[in-house]
Amino acid sequence: MKKNKTHLISNGILIIVLLAVAFSMMVPFLWMITSSFKNNNEIFLYPIRWIPEPIRLKNYVEVWTKIPFFKYFRNTFLYSITVTVGQIITCSMAAYAFAKLRFPGKNFIFMIYLATMMVPWHAVMIPQFMINKRLGFYNTPWSIIIMNLVSVFGIFLMRQAMAGIPDDLCEAARIDGCREFGIFSKVVFPLCTPSLATLVVFQFTFMWNDYLAPMIYLDNDDYKTIQLGLASFRSQYNTDYGLIMAGTVCSLIPILIVYICAQKYLIEGVAFSGLKG
Amino acid sequence: MQKNDGKKNIKIKYRKSEVISGYLFILPSAILFLTFMIIPIFMGFYISMTNYDGFKTMDFIGIKNYADMFKDSYFTISLKNNVIYAVATVPGTIVLSLLLAVAVNKGLKGSSFFKTVFFFPYITSNVAVGIIWSLLFNPNNGPINNFLRGIGISSPPDWLLSTKWALPAIIVVSIWKSAGYYMIIFLAGLQAISKELYEAADVDGAGGLTKFFRITLPLLSPTTFLVVILMTISSFQVFDLINVMTEGGPGRATNVLVYRIYQEGFKYMHFGYASAMAYFLFFVILIITIIQFIGQKKWVTYQ
Repeated sequence: MKKNKTHLISNGILIIVLLAVAFSMMVPFLWMITSSFKNNNEIFLYPIRWIPEPIRLKNYVEVWTKIPFFKYFRNTFLYSITVTVGQIITCSMAAYAFAKLRFPGKNFIFMIYLATMMVPWHAVMIPQFMINKRLGFYNTPWSIIIMNLVSVFGIFLMRQAMAGIPDDLCEAARIDGCREFGIFSKVVFPLCTPSLATLVVFQFTFMWNDYLAPMIYLDNDDYKTIQLGLASFRSQYNTDYGLIMAGTVCSLIPILIVYICAQKYLIEGVAFSGLKG
Repeated sequence: MQKNDGKKNIKIKYRKSEVISGYLFILPSAILFLTFMIIPIFMGFYISMTNYDGFKTMDFIGIKNYADMFKDSYFTISLKNNVIYAVATVPGTIVLSLLLAVAVNKGLKGSSFFKTVFFFPYITSNVAVGIIWSLLFNPNNGPINNFLRGIGISSPPDWLLSTKWALPAIIVVSIWKSAGYYMIIFLAGLQAISKELYEAADVDGAGGLTKFFRITLPLLSPTTFLVVILMTISSFQVFDLINVMTEGGPGRATNVLVYRIYQEGFKYMHFGYASAMAYFLFFVILIITIIQFIGQKKWVTYQ
C-alpha cells in the first residue's frame, strides 16, 4: 500500500517534470507561431504575450505574394515524390535480389553497398558535382533527383522485410509458373508495405529538408526547393520578423502533416537505423 | 540465416535463370552506386592531389594540398571548432536523450505524447530551426536576452554576433534538435533489457537510482557506445545550422570542416584543395567507424 502511494507521487512528479521539459522544447515553435501573427513591435515585447492581441493575418497573406512559395512547394513536392517512387523501385529490387535470389558474388556486392554507407556524402560531393555537371544535370532538377534515387538505408530496410517472408511462398509461385519479376511484384513486394511506408516517409522528410545539395546544384530560381526559398526569403526580408516566421510556419506544415499521419513509421525507421548501426 | 544460405550455396548449383534475374534486379542500384558513389570516391582522391579549379587547370601536385592544409590557419581553426563542437554536443545530447528515454520508458500515461513532442525538432528542417533560433538569440531584443535581462543579467551575451558565444549557441540548438532522435535509439535499447532484472532488484529492495546505475546503464552500454559513434560522425558533418545561423562567423568563430569544404569548393572553386579537406573528413570518419567495429565486437562477446 505504502509503496503504491510513493509510486503515485513519484510518477506525478515525473509527469510534471516531463511536461516542463516538453514545454521548453516546444517553446521555439510556440514562439514562431505566435510571432507569425504579430507585427515587429509586438514580437519583441517582454514578457512574451503568447496569445497575440490582435491576431494579425497580414503576414500570412503577404508571404504568398512576396515570395513564390507555391513554386518552391510544388518543386519540392515533385522532387520528393520522384525520388521516393524511384527508391521504392531500385531499393526493393535490389533488396529482393539480396534476400531471395542466389547468384555468385551476392555477398560481396552487398558488402560493397554497405561499405558505401560509411562514406560521408560531404566527402564525395565535389566529384559527384563534377559528374553531374558532365552529365548535363547541373542546374536542373535531375541533379538532386538522380543521386538520391537509391539508398543503402532503403535497400537494407527492404531486405530485412523480405528476409522475413517465407521462401516457400516464392517457391510455390515459381512452381505455378510465375516469373521472377512476377514473384517480386505480386508476391513479395505487397507483403512489405510497412517497411515501404517507413521508406516513403523517411525519403519524403529527407528530400523536403535537404539543404546543401539543392544549394550546390540549383541556381535557377525556377527549380529551387522550399529550403532554398525560405533561406533566401529570410535574407531578403531580414528585418520583418513576423513575415519570416509566417514563412517558416508554412514551410513546416507539410512535415507536420506527415509527422501526425505517419509518426509511427518515422520512429520505426529511426529505431531501425539505430539497431543496424 | 546468412550462414545457412552460405552453406547451401556451396552444395546447390546456381539456377541460371535465378542468376540472371539476380543481376538484373541489382542493375539499377548498381549503376547509380557506381556513378554517384564508387567512382566519386576514387575520383575525389585523385582530385585531392591536383590543383583543379573547376575549369581547365588540373596538374598533379602530389600531397601538396594535404601539406598546405595543416599550414592553413583557416583549416586548423575550423578543425578546432569542429572538435569543440563534437566534444560539447556528444555528452550533452547523450545525457539529455538518455534521461528522456528513461522517463518515457516508464510507461506512464501520455508517454507516447512526450515521445512525439521530443522527437519533433529532429524532423524539422535545419533551415527553419536555424531561422527561429537566430531570432530567439537576437542580442538586442530577442526573447532569450529579454528573459536574461528580466532575471537581472544586465549585459547578456551577443550570442551569434559574438566570437565567444556563437559556437555555444549553435551547440545548444544542435542538442535540442537531435536529442529526440537519440532518445528513440535509446528507447529501443531500453526495451531490450529484461523486465525480470528490475523485478529481482525490487525484491532486493534496490532504489530507483541503484537500478539505473547498476542495471540500466551497464546493460545499455552497447547502445550508448553506438550512439556516441553515430553522434560523433554526425558532428563532423554539421553544416546546415551553421550556414543558416552564422555562415561560419563571426570571423571564423563557427567555421567547421564541412563549411570549410563548401567554401573552398563551391565559393572559390578550389576543387583540388577542397577535395583534400573532404578526404581528411573521410579519414576522420573512417577512423571513428573502425573504432566502432572493434568496439562492437568486444561488446558482442561480453553479452
